[in-house]
This record gives sequence, structure tokens and C-alpha cells, in this order.
Amino acid sequence: MADKTTKIAGAGADAVTLTIDGQEVTVPQGATLLQAAQGAGTEVPHYCYHPGLSSPAQCRLCLVEVEGAPKLLPSCTTTVAEGQVVRTESENAMRMRRGVLEFYLLNHPLDCPICDQCGECDLQDYVFAEGREHGRGRDAKRVLGRDDFGGDVLFYGDRCVMCTRCVRFMEEVEEKPLLTVVERGSRAVIDTFFEQGLDQAEWAGNVVDICPVGALVSKDFLHKARAWDLDHTPSICPNCSQGCNIELHTRDNLVHRMKPRTNPDVNGHWICDYGRGRYEWLNRGDRLEAPVMHAGGRKTAMGWTVALEALKERIDTLGESSVKAVVSPFWSNEDLGAVSHLIQALGGGAIVFRSPRAEEEVPLQGYEGLARRTALAPNEQGAELLGFERVGDDAGQGGLDDLAEHDGVVLVLGDSLDDQPEGFAGNAALVLYLGAYTSSALALADFQLPVTTFAEQEGTFTNHAGRVQRFWPALSGPGSARPAWLVLGALLGALQNEGGPSNAEQAFGLVANSVESYRGLNYETIGAQGGPSGALVPVAGD
Amino acid sequence: MGYPYSHEKEVPILSKYFGDPEARTLSGWKERGGYEALKKALGMSPEDVIEIVKASGLRGRGGAGFPTGLKWSFMPKALANAKAEAKPHYLLCNADESEPGTFKDREILRWVPHLLIEGCLIGAHAMGAQHVYIYCRGEFFEATQVLAKAVEDAYEAGIIGDDVLGSGKKIDVTVFAGAGAYICGEETGLMNSLEGRRGEPRVKPPFPAAVGAFGMPTTINNVETLAAIPPIVANGGEWYRQWGSEKSPGTKLFCVSGHVKRPGNYELPLGFPLKDLIYDVCGGMIEDRALKAVIPGGSSVPLLSVEEAMGCALCYEGVVEAGSMLGCASVIVMDETTDIVHQVMRMASFYSHESCGQCTPCREGTAWVTTTLRRIEDGRGTEEDLDTLVEVTEQMTGTTICVLSDSVAAPVQSSIEKFRDEYLALIRRGERVGAA
Repeated sequence: MADKTTKIAGAGADAVTLTIDGQEVTVPQGATLLQAAQGAGTEVPHYCYHPGLSSPAQCRLCLVEVEGAPKLLPSCTTTVAEGQVVRTESENAMRMRRGVLEFYLLNHPLDCPICDQCGECDLQDYVFAEGREHGRGRDAKRVLGRDDFGGDVLFYGDRCVMCTRCVRFMEEVEEKPLLTVVERGSRAVIDTFFEQGLDQAEWAGNVVDICPVGALVSKDFLHKARAWDLDHTPSICPNCSQGCNIELHTRDNLVHRMKPRTNPDVNGHWICDYGRGRYEWLNRGDRLEAPVMHAGGRKTAMGWTVALEALKERIDTLGESSVKAVVSPFWSNEDLGAVSHLIQALGGGAIVFRSPRAEEEVPLQGYEGLARRTALAPNEQGAELLGFERVGDDAGQGGLDDLAEHDGVVLVLGDSLDDQPEGFAGNAALVLYLGAYTSSALALADFQLPVTTFAEQEGTFTNHAGRVQRFWPALSGPGSARPAWLVLGALLGALQNEGGPSNAEQAFGLVANSVESYRGLNYETIGAQGGPSGALVPVAGD
Repeated sequence: MGYPYSHEKEVPILSKYFGDPEARTLSGWKERGGYEALKKALGMSPEDVIEIVKASGLRGRGGAGFPTGLKWSFMPKALANAKAEAKPHYLLCNADESEPGTFKDREILRWVPHLLIEGCLIGAHAMGAQHVYIYCRGEFFEATQVLAKAVEDAYEAGIIGDDVLGSGKKIDVTVFAGAGAYICGEETGLMNSLEGRRGEPRVKPPFPAAVGAFGMPTTINNVETLAAIPPIVANGGEWYRQWGSEKSPGTKLFCVSGHVKRPGNYELPLGFPLKDLIYDVCGGMIEDRALKAVIPGGSSVPLLSVEEAMGCALCYEGVVEAGSMLGCASVIVMDETTDIVHQVMRMASFYSHESCGQCTPCREGTAWVTTTLRRIEDGRGTEEDLDTLVEVTEQMTGTTICVLSDSVAAPVQSSIEKFRDEYLALIRRGERVGAA
């Protein structure tokens, strides 16, 4: 199934012009009134419609008045016609929408103060904007209680508005129909089939995202934070090489959850459960916080200026010395490129990386091109395009015998070498560890330099298809931690007596110059949706 | 001939052999002139058959009263030529008779199954359909068995099958039993049910003539509509127009239930006075009690007060003029002992139970209306509740995919308008009609 995201492109040959709320709009033929209204900047309230799913037109909230039509029409399924005059806020349409909202509240528990959806709830927003001040229901509300749907999904039946987005997602997109509507009329309820739950699904977390109310919530996020306390930062999922566009939701310098960010060219509206559930490593506490020099049997913590001077001195005294490096594909193109440049300046050397691999891809059946990839790191492709060689096994271990025995310079970026014994590369002339986490294998390295993770800095990853995508800092790094490109750039600058890059964009510029397929890319052309790609078009939100 | 009672004013065309067990058998049906109309139709072009039906002015008997000939002409013309590469297309016969008060289709299925089969085959010929599905209401055990036997016999006799009556046409007929849900009588809900999905009406457009059962061009007709086809084809369109009015030609089965002396099915010309139906054909009210209200077209149409009922002519336009709808001509007669509030609550509770639950106004509204009416009946209602009921049912009218939700609105609104005193007596003084 193709994605149904609207691309309100410029007027083509088959464009249709109509009037919505007095404003003339030109949209492609076949667009729906709801999409056309979105293009005109008018949000028609809706529940059952979702741009990534089929439209059953059953919530009856998006009814609008169309001149000449005897009844109000559902804007989610009515297609545009030339010269149509549409009123989304006519008296009749508003009266009916107010009526539908009243029906929703009849059995809705109004437990907003303890509901996770509170603050990002469509029912709250619509009722606040258009609903009645007081409900007229006098009878007891229906009580259904809570049900564990399996996986990370919890169901609060009382809050459900029966939009069936979740049922349609499982049927149409994941193509594992594990959810259904049982019973009918006001007794209808969403349910799983007997003992079969969403733990059999791989993409079920998306039903929580598309639920317009607090009926489907995440167990992991349950009662952890209020929606309005969370900062949203656009980012890239770091858990495989698909490069799904996400948002990191943070509070108090901790990541609380990952949510998909719509990008029709990469992941549509969806992300997998595997990726979604693996954000806790971004909150690890065992961090390197200050540069540490190990010399003469003593470890000394110091500031960056002193550390870099000392490091330059050590390098100067080494003279000609071959370099071997191991880097982590969880680090950005900017960081990896800086390693490459430094090593070139030092006379060249081998750069390898290790990365975990899964046995199988986990494709999303109903969305072509989207899968949890076998490469379980976000920037394998970026490392390969820089000419780095993958070593080790599929657990991301081993393959470092060469480095361990090396007697020149050993440089480690990001990989904390958890599989290696203490005193790694004991014969080396210089061991340099740029890392985020403390490492027992590298505890005796000559220099341990604290760097930030991708979540703490600006940068880019290159996904499995070679698409370069930007992310932004969502957290602040601990202590003196700095982006690796900044540290390495400063060191290189010191060695060559010139300045290094002073921002991520400059650091990317250096990478772009050295990789053929990055030619012409810069932060502006990559934008928020990645590149290289076709025309970048604004995407209608959901 | 009406069933179980008959009356001299009847014009028995469809009901001629009601109660005659011989007419159920293939041989008995042929002795009574059966399948002659089919032979005649097969000798004509599909367009000519549709012209006859158009000329007769026959209107759909399922409730909406849409002109049948016009409906048939919607099936894409190219498909009627039955090209090998064309999509298959279907004729569905709606035998899911489930509107409370309606029991006419059941008698056609029980007594003259071959009349229906003949009508289906003529319709399939006219629209180029290769397959006819007869969707029977789940509770119609006996009727479905009788029909299934008739279909089997017709297959054996070569009337249905690869070579219909030697014409070279291939038409199959399948009898399908539903599981017993009111909403599966709605045409697109029926299609979903037939396909094995939840019985939920579909959003239109696309209309069934373009995308219907199994995604193919489909026409769906009521049992009584299709049963009227053979006599029309045999005798011509003009012949049919000798009965009824200009806008409502022909005869119609009236299902009369409630407080009359002789309830049952009566086949009468359209336009027949409601007053005569009650007081003459049905022999008057039980124990000669006074009339209180009439529902002229099944439980989903507005009630008529006595004055409205007495001047009402039973044809499509006549009942609209009187303030209601002819629907499927299911006349429910209520006398002075009837507790209107209770009756309306019963209807609302039926629709609430039968709502498929897709559309919010219907799912929530039908239940809300029912609980409010129950509360009023229990003596815990307020006068405000009546205003709320009227407004809520307005919010349920014209806002949903199908018209089930409108069906609740009609009896609730009309009863509050016409029998407000009865509601108020209950609310203010706890007085109930016929409580003794």
C-alpha cells in the first residue's frame, strides 16, 4: 500500500481550484476536502482519518458543508471538484460537530488529570475549541476498564473513541490483523483475539502514536511525564541503518520516549518497536566527563586546553608512527570524517569499525522500503563511504587483534571495547580514547577524551540507502564532553597550526568534500527530511 | 390472495398462490404458468427488458421506493454485453427482511419461491449478471429451506445454470443465510456480510453499480421487487399501471400488525386508503377500541396520529403528504391502550441493539436515547429530557453513513410532537397509559 500522505504540490496540469471558507485553493485532482483544507491552513477536526491509513468516514467529525449537497459531507472521503464551495465552519457544520463531540463525551471518563494523552489529546483540543460548555448526559457512563494488549501497549477502553485507526494499522500497514472490533453498537470495543496479543507484532507501538486519545498508551511511558513538560527534538533513530526520522522527547536532560517524525521517503509515519524501545542507553550515567591523561603511572584530569597541548606534545615526540583506529558507527559523519582527516595528517593508517548485525530484516509489510535493517547501527553506511572497513562478528565483537598488537598510535572513537581485556594495546606508542562511556579496556589509555553522543550534538547519519539525514541536540552532554569532530578538529588544527571547524556544518563540509556521493550536500540542502532525494515538499501533518 | 386472511378488495398478483403448497414445487409452478415470462425475457434484448420495467413504473419495495428500471440501467452498459474480459457483475436479492413490522418477503419465499427465482433470472439477464445471491435473513429457517429446494430443482431442470432454458446464458443462483443482524439488510452492509466481513454499511460513493459485492458492479433489489418482475414482463408495463397512482403504480403487499381483528399480508393497489385497510380489510380494531396511532411503513418511520391516518392514501407520495413514509408498507396499528412511551422505548432499544457502531452519532446516540426513554418510563425523567431527546435525535439525522440512526429519530421526534401529553403525564404524575 502506498502512503496516503498528501503532497500538496504546486498546481499541475490536473489541478482543481475550489473555495474553502472563502479562500481559493488549488490542489491536485483526487485530493480530499480535508487535505485541501489542510493545504489552505484549515484543520478540520477528525479521528478516523489518518494520512497513512484508509478512510472509513465513520467518526463523523469532519463533516463539512458543500454548496449544493443536501447533507453535510465527510471531508476525509469527499474528493475535490472544480469550483466547489466548501464551508468547514458554517453554522450547520459547527452544530453537527458540536453534537458529535457531545456524543464522544457521553461515555468518555474525563480522567484527563491521570491520562498520559493529556496535553496532546485530540478530544481535549477539539472539545475545547468547538464543544459544548456543559454535557447533557445524565446517566452513568459505560465502564470497560483496562486491558493489556501485549507488547508495550495498554488499552483504556473507557477512553476509546472507536476511530479504529489501530485496527486498520494492524490490518493495512503491519498486515497482522491482531486487533479487531468486537460486539456492535455502543457495546463495540477494540480487542485482541483471545490470548493473541500485540507481543506477536513488530510495529505495534505505532498504534499508541496514532490513537487520538488516551485509549492506547505505552507501558514504558506510563505516568512518566506530562506531555507539556517534554521538549521535542527532531532526530534520527540510532538503532538500525534504516534512519527513521524521529523526535526525541526529553525532560530534565533525560530521553523519555522516541516518537516517529513523518518522512514519506524513509519511514512514513511509522517506526518499529525494536527501535522505539532502545533509547535508554542515551541516559547512561557512566560517562567520561573530563579529559584524563595517563602518564608516569598517574591519571590526571584536566581542562581541554591543557589536554590538547599535552597530546600535541606527545604526538610531536613520536615522530613517524603508523596509526590504527577503530571507530563506532553510532557516531556521526562529522565525527568519523574528523578521524579520517586526522589520520591522513598523521601519515595515514587503517580505520576499522565494528557493528552489531541482526539475522533478519523486519519489514513493515504495508510500507514499501521500510524495515528494521540487519545493520543495527545508524551510520554503517557513513563509515563505509569514508572507506572504513567493518571487522569483528555480528555481535559487534572481536576483530581487533591487529590493533591490540600495534606498536604505533591506536585511536579509538566511541567503541568502549567491552569485549577486550584491560590494558588494551599495551604495546602501542600512544593510545587515544575518544569516548562517551568509561571503558575498562581503555582505563589505562594515554588520553581519555570525553565526547558527546549523537543525542547531545548536531550532526548527520547516512542511512542504508545513502541518504544523509540531520539530527539536532536534544540533551546537553555531561561535564566537559564535546563533539568528537570539535576535539579532533582542534587537535588537527594545533598540529597544522591552523583553525579547525567551529561548527557542525563546517565539519560536514569537510566530509562532503571527501565523499563522492555527498557532493553538493550541505545542511541547507539536506534540510529536516534528508538528502539526496527528489523534490522536498511540505507534508501535511496528521 | 392475502395470507392468512384474504379480502375481496385485494389484487393478488404476487400473493395469488400464497397458502397453495403445490405452487412451491417446480411442476406445480409450471402448471400455473411459471417460467413463461423468463422464456419471453430471454428472447428479448436486455435493454428491452429494462424498458418494460421502466414503463411499468415499478418502485423498489425495500423501503426507499427508488424506480427499479432506472436502477437497473445504472449497471455499466459495456458489462451488460458480458464480454469475456469484463468484470463479473452481480445481482443481489435482499431477503434480509428485518424491519420490525415487516413480514411480506418471508411469505414470498415460503409460498412462491419460483416466482422470486424467475424474477432474479430475468433481472440477471437484463443486467448481464452471471451470478445472483439471495441473502436470506438468518432467522428465516423454513423460508430459506423452501427457497434452497426450489433453487436446487431449478438447477436440475436446467432453468438455472450454464445454459438457462437453452438460451446459452450462464446464470448461477446462490442462497446465502445471514447470521441475523438488522444492519445486514442495508444494501452495503449486506455486501460486507456476504463477503464474510463485519456487517457494516459502506461509505457511498462508490455506489454498488460501480463497486459492489466483491468489488464488482452490483445491483441489489428487494424480494418483492424482483417477484413483481415476471408478471410485468409477461403482461407489459402498461398492464401494471392499471393499479396504483401515477407516481406509485402497481400493487403492494401490506403487512398489517397490531390491534386489528385480522392482521396479516394483503396485496392491494397502491394508493389504497389507510382507513379502509384498518376498518374494512382488517375488520376493524380489536374489541372495537379506539385507534391511537399508526406506523405506516415499519418501525423506522414517523408515527401518524388518528387524524393523519384517516386521510392517508397508502402510496409513496400519499404517506409523505400525511407526514410519514410508506417504507416497506408495514402498517403497525395501535389502539387506545397503547403506552406510546414504552413502544418508542422498545423501538429505540431495538435500534440501539442493532446499530453496527461505526458512526459516532448512531453508536452513542441510539444508546443515549434508549437510556433516557427508560429513565422517563421509570418515572425519573424531566421535561428537559424531552428537549434533549429532540435535539439529540436531530444530531443523529443525516450525519451518518446509513440511515439507521435516522430511524430512531423518526419515532422519537414524531411521538414527542404528537403524544407529548403522554410523556408529560409520566414525567409529572407518573401516570402510564394501559398500566393496568
